[in-house]
Amino acid sequence: MITISNLSHKISGKTVLADISLQIETGGVTALVGPNGAGKSTLLSLIARLDPIQTGRITVNDLVIGQCDSTDLARTLAILPQAEETAPRLTVHELVAFGRYPYTKGRPTDADRAIITRTLEVFDLQSLSDRQLDTLSGGQRQRAKVAMTYAQDTDYLLLDEPLNNLDLSASRSLMKLLRRLAHDSGKTVIIVLHDINYACAYADQIVTLKLGKLGVVGAPADIVTDQLLQDVFETDAQVHHIDGQPLVKV
Amino acid sequence: MYLKRLLFMSALLVLCSVLYMTLGAKGSWGFILPFRGQKLAALLLVGVSVSTATVLFQTITQNRILTPSIMGFDALYVLLLTLLVFVFGGQSYVQMPAIGQFLLNTGLLMAASVALFGSLLGRGRVDLMRMILTGIIFGVLFRSLTGFMQRMIDPNEYAVIQSGSFARFTQIETSLLGISTLLTLATLIVVWRVRHRLDVLALGHTAAVNLGETPKRATFLVLVLVALLVSVSTALVGPVAFLGLLVVSLAHLITPTPRHAILLPSAALVAMIVLVGGQTILERVLALSTPLSVVVDVLGGLLFLILLLKGTFR
Repeated sequence: MITISNLSHKISGKTVLADISLQIETGGVTALVGPNGAGKSTLLSLIARLDPIQTGRITVNDLVIGQCDSTDLARTLAILPQAEETAPRLTVHELVAFGRYPYTKGRPTDADRAIITRTLEVFDLQSLSDRQLDTLSGGQRQRAKVAMTYAQDTDYLLLDEPLNNLDLSASRSLMKLLRRLAHDSGKTVIIVLHDINYACAYADQIVTLKLGKLGVVGAPADIVTDQLLQDVFETDAQVHHIDGQPLVKV
Repeated sequence: MYLKRLLFMSALLVLCSVLYMTLGAKGSWGFILPFRGQKLAALLLVGVSVSTATVLFQTITQNRILTPSIMGFDALYVLLLTLLVFVFGGQSYVQMPAIGQFLLNTGLLMAASVALFGSLLGRGRVDLMRMILTGIIFGVLFRSLTGFMQRMIDPNEYAVIQSGSFARFTQIETSLLGISTLLTLATLIVVWRVRHRLDVLALGHTAAVNLGETPKRATFLVLVLVALLVSVSTALVGPVAFLGLLVVSLAHLITPTPRHAILLPSAALVAMIVLVGGQTILERVLALSTPLSVVVDVLGGLLFLILLLKGTFR
């Protein structure tokens, strides 16, 4: 379980997160949704100790962020940051192998090699495994990065807009895979999504954020309404229902 | 994977070294071997320390054009040397044993580089243009301060500093060979032990933190190691502006992999071949009086401009 209590954050004097308290239960897909500048990415990077916490407290299982050992956390929680430049000359295989670093410290065992091979299979990357990252398309590179996070084999998976650069089929297969991981392997997936329709279709729980403040939290079918879109995104889009699942007409 | 290339370069280095030792040798071998052997050892040490310092620095700054020399580490070393002579006076400084002088300088350089560059590199992503500008300003500042103090001191005392202020591959400070070898070996052992951590750090701040590394602590360690290596090379042959950039870029061409287990030996071999081979050709074959440092700096400077204009930073 991730527990966030009274979290506030400022970047050069401007409030990005204001007094957020939230519990995210183990298992399931949680989507962070909100307009640009709502503080979604900041929240994610604070949970993953990418930036130091200014006020408030975050715990992941029994690990206190900012105080616990960084390697312990790397075995519990993995983050895929938003479009970060990674060393362009790495091969796909080398990149995925880095996912095992928290366990191996650079000296992989046979078990680790097996995990790497299986990960390449799961993400359908075998044919690309010796290609360097800068020779891949944006979508393939994104797939390789998600694969590295997967190889890290953590209970918690944080993804910051992973659907950027992905086409419809790649987006859907990634979301299906994340849902499978959450429901079959008991992992907790927290994902920042731009497209609320993907959140409605694949998330178990939606957390809305606006201007650094926590909004409505709940299952998509319960909370996604015309009124919510008006409150959070300030737009008059309409919500329809297909097979009991909300769908925003864009 | 690149083992063959490393072996080939090792063979080339052995060939260069043999030629350096034997070519044009007249007179008693009993004199020539230790005389040239000391210079050869110094060239090899300088090669390893400059290339390793450059690889380390490029790893923590995640780019391919910044080197310790370009950021003003060498200039800082000369400045500290001048400052010591300025404060203590040439006489009392010279009376210190050479090893004591060297260790004092090295210690000061470690403290100063952590203080100056630690705050610059400690926080997350490095803005490359800001780093280059800072490096240029530091370089000019250090050199101007050095020049200012050198004008203020006694001409006799100036002679103490002079030898440390220019790159010179023909007159090598061999009295420091023992302690330099010791320090370099110790540093190399540490570097080799953290090679996997360096691989992770090269991925960038966010990815390194995600994998459980602590970039801040690693940056501190790397700065100390770089300061040690720069001290060794500067004490032995003076500041070598573009050597590091040249040899590490060549190493990236010969062994194009981000893995430090390959990159570090590859860069070291290239550097040693360039120094020993270049010196052999200039001194023995062409009998030129052009210093090797001039040739290296012309080539390295050109490469710096090309890399900067092409925009291949990473």
